[in-house]
Formats: sequence, structure tokens, C-alpha cells
Amino acid sequence: CIFDVFTLKINQIQSVRMISDIISTVEFNHTGELLATGDKGGRVVIFQQEIENKNQPQFRSEYNVYSTFQSHEPEFDYLKSLEIEEKINKIRWLPQKNAAQFLLSTNDKTIKLWKISERDKRPEGYNLKEEDGRYKDPNTITSLRVPVLKPMDLMVEASPRRVFANAHTYHINSVSVNSDNETYLSADDLRINLWHLEITDRSFNIVDIKPANMEELTEVITAAEFHPHQCNTFVYSSSKGTIRLCDMRVSALCDKHSKLFEEPEDPSNRSFFSEIISSISDVKFSHNGRYMMTRDYLSVKIWDLNMENRPVETYQVHEYLRSKLCSLYENDCIFDKFECCWNGNDSVVMTGSYNNFFRMFDRGHRRDVTLEASRENSKPMQVLKPRKVCTGGKRKKDEISVDSLDFNKKILHTAWHPQDNIIAVATTNNLYIFQDKVN
Amino acid sequence: MEVNIEARRILAVSISKLYASRTQRGGLRLHRSLLLSLVMRSARDIYHSSRESEVPSGAQSAPEEPMDTSSNPGEQTRLPEAQTEPQPVLNSTETAPEEPDNTEDGCDSEIIEDKENLSPAKQSRKRRGKASAAPDFLPSKRARLEPGEERYEVPLGSCRAGESLTTLHTPPFRSKGLRRRMVQPSASLACCH
Repeated sequence: CIFDVFTLKINQIQSVRMISDIISTVEFNHTGELLATGDKGGRVVIFQQEIENKNQPQFRSEYNVYSTFQSHEPEFDYLKSLEIEEKINKIRWLPQKNAAQFLLSTNDKTIKLWKISERDKRPEGYNLKEEDGRYKDPNTITSLRVPVLKPMDLMVEASPRRVFANAHTYHINSVSVNSDNETYLSADDLRINLWHLEITDRSFNIVDIKPANMEELTEVITAAEFHPHQCNTFVYSSSKGTIRLCDMRVSALCDKHSKLFEEPEDPSNRSFFSEIISSISDVKFSHNGRYMMTRDYLSVKIWDLNMENRPVETYQVHEYLRSKLCSLYENDCIFDKFECCWNGNDSVVMTGSYNNFFRMFDRGHRRDVTLEASRENSKPMQVLKPRKVCTGGKRKKDEISVDSLDFNKKILHTAWHPQDNIIAVATTNNLYIFQDKVN
Repeated sequence: MEVNIEARRILAVSISKLYASRTQRGGLRLHRSLLLSLVMRSARDIYHSSRESEVPSGAQSAPEEPMDTSSNPGEQTRLPEAQTEPQPVLNSTETAPEEPDNTEDGCDSEIIEDKENLSPAKQSRKRRGKASAAPDFLPSKRARLEPGEERYEVPLGSCRAGESLTTLHTPPFRSKGLRRRMVQPSASLACCH
């Protein structure tokens, strides 16, 4: 089992400085060879894995910049006099069908399909054109010459192939590609739309929870995802801590859920901020499609799709913050939206916390660990040291007290390689890539 | 009355957040506005309930007493007939971990322990006569307008998130005398229903 000796060794601190831009999303593609990041400035940076000696015991992989492009620009909605942020909320890769790679990137209002392709040859020796592209004087052409393809330095081009716009009144929080590889969904606060990847001028609305009177609004959609295998099934989470599973075969409009996942609230934990901390910030299916994981402010919950009344596992991410909720409300941290992710075989889940800590929970062995992503505390090839937060009483050496935590340093976005034990962890401005130690 | 003061503070903080969110880039966030309004509603209910019961609640325990069941007089006076009921709720909060020294600004966590673990759901959410009066810490409803601007009516007390609030947002460029915003027939946000 991978966690018999649970250590994470930093193969390379690939910390990329996003100049004045905050990383807003991180996503591996389906093979793990490519890692995409989106930032607040609307840029997408893709890293590619350079594999050295994969069969050697000292196998290490580096992720180097492969492509950078500006996905979204700031826009202005004249109708509402509102600026539309260019921040990339989500990136989702399409499974690879040919030599090119495709991904969906979205800001608050518009989803774009980007094609990333390589060019390593170029034609030379045109019959009618000079090398610089100017057309030759036809009178000087006396023979026929066919251009040949000559190798050139690898060039990676990103081009927008589709723009899916004007379908969301509210802010888009999720996109999810269907397992049929033809459709995808996009979700905003109140509605979920179904798109065909080839069709940009219309989409189907499949969920609409907008009340007739906005004063009666009690909950919003916070995340949505398609089932990894069943193309008719998707889930969406709400700000009230519920998850609804919908079957698109039942009806065209999936306002009625097929399953409702909800855990009754613990009355002893009731406070002013109970509603905020029960709001689900992320929902992810397991790779095998039998479970789903939700993240709320203080915990991670694993749900069996066959059991709606409570999660099968609950992991406390930073329970010591429960008594600090008032302060966290004042400094806005209570609104932070943490994401979560599964490892390749669904045995471990990971999520971020404050002070650049991130947490891993080993489901099988009922173990968890807190690690830190920071340059000061780590050197390349060094094993990451587990961290511990002191919650009261005497603080032991190497422990950090709750009051010393830096709440400006938060890890909201993490991603796990689909097969290997390689993780990408995004702090505010830096991306860290860690790899499991291989003996 | 500590509950009262804390509820007031949370209300004031919430309102300032609500106002600030109207000018933030990207427009009003529906999710955030909804959460703010939920907190405000809880705080407002506690505030008004505690205000009404302020007179009879004579002897109060010292607010410095942490996690003591008797340090929550508000709960006791509000529900005199269900006095045994809040006790188990408060007892369970005693076992929650409490930080010995809280250096975070403003909030006194020891007092907050009790306030946060009050059950707002136990108090009636019905509006009473006094509740409809504006609390004194809210800003005056009639803000000054510049010449040429329209005056929008907003019912006090209800926190309408989303679309209604966006109409209050003053556009960044609005010349005097213009009563309507220019509508650009651009391809923006004709929403698909």
C-alpha cells in the first residue's frame, strides 16, 4: 500500500511565481502528463511532465512550462454596469482524441474551449513564395519545386476553438465534461446548463432553482459534476450543505432530484455561522464512481451514492477553527472556498487549509497528516515533515499554535496525478509539485 | 447585555460587508450575499429578542466567566419555561476546546463561545412590533443623492440579494442630467431561460 510509509519527498519545488496573479485553479489532464493552472489575470499556464528514466528506481519527473496563453480578458457588461472578471474559475481537460489537447476554461460568464497543439515541422521551399512569404514575380519562376517539411523548434500553440457565452446570468462556479465526450455542463449560482462541445449558440437548461420571488432565495448551487461513467448522472451541491443527484433520463428539467444527500445538523454546534460553514465549496466523484466527496468549511465528507442520510466518512480538516468563527467572519476567511481531490485509486483524499498547510486523509488506514507548502521549510529532495497545530494547553516543540497561523496563506486548490503519487498544491502565488518517495 | 452587544457587532460588520461587496469587481456575488443575509438575520433575531427581554433580566453573570451555563442569562430569560432544555446544549459546549489566549482582533472568544452556541432557531423569527423599527446603528436610509439621480425605494430589514441590489449600484460613469443608463445592444447577458 502506498501509505505504509507515508512520506512525501519533494522531487522539485517547482514554484512558479505568478507575478501579481493569484492561482485560481489547478488541474491535471487524464494522463497526468499535463498540468494546467489558471490565475486571477485570466491566464492559463500548462506544465508538461518530463520523465527521466521512468523505470529507474530514482524516477523523478519535472514539470516544465509547456504553454502560456491569455484565456480570458476583463469585460464590461454595459447592461448592468458591471465589470466581468477575467479570473479563471475552473479548467477541465477533455480526454485526448488526437494529437492535440483540449481544455475548457471558464471565468464568471464565458466558457472557452482551447486547442493546444504542437508544431515541430514547417514547410520550406515554396514554389511561388519567397522565404519571407512574399510572392515571387511569376516571370522568374522557371521550374517546379515542391515544399518539404523541415524540423523546427517545438512550438506549442493555443487557439480558442469555441466560445460559449451569454448563457449565465449569475457567476459560473463549475464546468464538468460528460463521460460521453460530447457534452458538458456549466453551473452558476442558480442554474445548470448542458452544452454540446460543438454547438456554441445554444445550451439546454437542466437545473433552475431560481425562486419566482428572489426574496425567498434560501440556497444557491455551489458546485456540480458529472458522474465519471454514467453519462446521465450528475450531482450538484448547495450552500445549505446538501447534494442532489440528478438523472437526465427522468425528465428534461432536472429540478427534481433522484437522490438528496444530507446529514442532519448537530444541534450542539449551532451558532451564528452554522449556515456559512455548512455551505459546500466543492464536490468530487471518486474515480470508481461509487463515492463522492464534499468539502465544507471545517470538514471533508465521503458519501456512498447508495446512502443519502449521512456520509460514510467525515474528516476534520481544522476543527480548531470552530471557536474562531467570529474572527474568521470578520476577516472574510469564513467565505474561503476550499477544494478537495482524490488520489488515483481513491484511497486517499486531500484538501487545503491555512498557513499553507494541506491535509491528507488515508481512508483505508484511518490516518491523516498535515503538511506545509513553503520554501523556507523545504529543500529539494527532502522529506516533508508533518506539521501539527497545537489546540490548547502546552505547546510542544515544532507545534504551531492556532493564533500563530497565517490566515493570508491559504491553500484552496490542490490536484492529484491520476495514476502516480504526484500532487500539485497551489498557495496564493506559487505552485508546488510534490512526489512520493520511491524506495 | 453581552448577547445584545455581540449581535449588534455582527450586524454592523455584516452590513459593512454587504455595502463593500456592492463595489467589488465582478459585481455582487449572490452566494456571498445570501450567506451575509443569513448571518444578519440570525443576529437581528437575537438582537431584537434580547432587547425585548432586557428589562426583566436583572442579575447578569459577569461576562468574563467562560463556558459557564449561568453566564447565558439571555437564553434563560427568553425561555423561562424551557430552562432545563438549554442546559444540555450549553453543557456540551463546555467540552469544546477553548483557546487560552486569543490574539485575534476584536472578538472575545470566551464570550463568543456562548453567543455562537446559542441556538437562533429556538427564538421565534416572527417580526414583532419593535423589530420593525430600525436599529440605531444602521445608516440613514435616505442617503444624499446627486442632482439628476433617481431615488430608489428599498424596504428596510429585508436583505434582497442579487438582482435587486444591483440596481442600487451607481454606475461609474453617469453624467448629470441623464436619468437612464445607456443600454448598449451588445451581446452580453441575454440570458437563456
